[in-house]
Amino acid sequence: MPSSDIRGRLRRGLPLYALILPGALYFLLFRYLPMGGIAIAFQNYDPFEGFLHSPWVGLEHFRRLFGDSDFWLLLRNTLFLSMLNLFVFFPAPILLALLLNEARIRLFRRAVQTVTYLPHFLSWVVVVGISVLLFSTQDGAINEWLVSHGKERIGLLTDPAYFRPLYVLLNVWKESGWSAIIFLAALASVDPTLYEAAVMDGANRWKSMLHVSLPALRGVIVVLFILRLGQTMETGFEQVLLMQNTMNLDVSDVFDTYVYRNGILIGEYSYTTAVGLFKSAIGLVLIVAANTWAKRKGEEGVY
Amino acid sequence: MKRLSISDRLFVWIVYAILTISTLAVALPFLYVVMVSFSTKAEVLSRGFFLLPKTWSLDAYQYLFREKNFLLSFRNSLWITLVGTVVNIALTSMMAYGLSKPWIVGRRALNILVLFTMLFNGGIIPTYLVVNTFGLLNSYWAIWLTAAIAPFNLIVMRGFFQSFPPELEEASRIDGCSEFYLFRKIVLPLSTPAIATFTLFYLVQNWNTYFNALIYLNDSTKWPLQVFLRQMLIEAADSSMTLEIEGFEFGPPVKMATVVATALPLLLIYPFFQKHFNQGMMLGSVKG
Repeated sequence: MPSSDIRGRLRRGLPLYALILPGALYFLLFRYLPMGGIAIAFQNYDPFEGFLHSPWVGLEHFRRLFGDSDFWLLLRNTLFLSMLNLFVFFPAPILLALLLNEARIRLFRRAVQTVTYLPHFLSWVVVVGISVLLFSTQDGAINEWLVSHGKERIGLLTDPAYFRPLYVLLNVWKESGWSAIIFLAALASVDPTLYEAAVMDGANRWKSMLHVSLPALRGVIVVLFILRLGQTMETGFEQVLLMQNTMNLDVSDVFDTYVYRNGILIGEYSYTTAVGLFKSAIGLVLIVAANTWAKRKGEEGVY
Repeated sequence: MKRLSISDRLFVWIVYAILTISTLAVALPFLYVVMVSFSTKAEVLSRGFFLLPKTWSLDAYQYLFREKNFLLSFRNSLWITLVGTVVNIALTSMMAYGLSKPWIVGRRALNILVLFTMLFNGGIIPTYLVVNTFGLLNSYWAIWLTAAIAPFNLIVMRGFFQSFPPELEEASRIDGCSEFYLFRKIVLPLSTPAIATFTLFYLVQNWNTYFNALIYLNDSTKWPLQVFLRQMLIEAADSSMTLEIEGFEFGPPVKMATVVATALPLLLIYPFFQKHFNQGMMLGSVKG
């Protein structure tokens, strides 16, 4: 392309660059500058000395990280929660969409959708708050009910054994409805003649759900599953942080909560930046790999 | 229509049963909280678990709306949400419009820069230190600026602007319109449904903001409702120490009422959401 053309396009684009500028500055200052700040993972950052005068220590923090028993605990907890999401949470919206697709009464469908989409818009503070009101040992609804029926109180929020089930339960409660939308959309685009053909072949409703609807979702399911694999390092930071307490720390501590506690609260900036970098670097590799895989399946990835 | 066979009738029955149970499982916890918020502490202590109060009472709400800290944090939340959403929509729509023009020089590079932030970020500590360096700690600007644009929303909105016919731009240029005029007077009014949807998504994001408020705001008089609620509910349940927040003599109903008040604004705008996703907007559904 001739340079005069580029100059023309630049001049013509001036007002548009003015529109882009504030947003571009945002990305530069609040997204890319922090990426540069990752350099403190290779320093002993001292807030009083500042970034420029803090001593460089190379890979010291990473050596400490991999030798730290905390690290293996964080990794184990992260993987555990991710697997729960993958195998317990992930099927829930698929099931919901399949069932909704079979419910032919419009008003009923609308009611179910209205109610099940709603929790998606509640904050994690509210959702975990409601769970506290229901599950807490002293005056939670469940325990009150147990006591009034002559049973023992259960430490649902404090006993580490209940943390993981509760974690995935809250996820299912909050997000199943909203996540079903994408599967419902895929079901809506199924050719109705397929169902008619199935009926001709003698299939009942159950059979046609199994052999027409479910295969129609196959593509979406495969791709979303792969993309979820790419999100393995993300366990829902706010949810975990809010559900965490001193009693369940052994099963609830994940990378982000560890960084928050030891970085923001205690001030170990450099070490926790290294911990954060480890997490985001693995996350990046996983997302790119998952996306490439999904694209090879002939589907659209996240980018 | 043909009569259903026995196996089909059984199937339909089971489908409706499972869906009804699931819907109740979603609704009941929230309903329980709402109901108890209209009861009295005495009833909660004597009856334990119940869904319908015997004596209806507004005590909890009357107390709550006189509680200084609650009112303050409610006002803070409104302010954070209002200004935050204006910043979000202004920056997102302007940048999305600029990037929607295929002939803009540097468009590809900018798109890649935006996309990359969805895959990788500096992390909690470096972002915190940047905010600190800019002197934004304890200021609402820390919250407004660090979350100014959601890259996903930007990309979807850019796609929306791209779907405008290029003739629109050519015609307005022949008429001698400036790009600003075109954007403000023609493109934006034609985009009302999209802008409305993103406004709702950003409203929810701002109203629900918790972690950023927690780390960037040290001064408790600046806390939004989400942080106030967390202090009131979760930390009180976690530790055995008695909470310093006044009004604990009103017991569980006040906690429930606070949950309801925190969720209420969202429940109020929820019908508008429904209108939009019933029109086929599926924005955000692929995100999770």
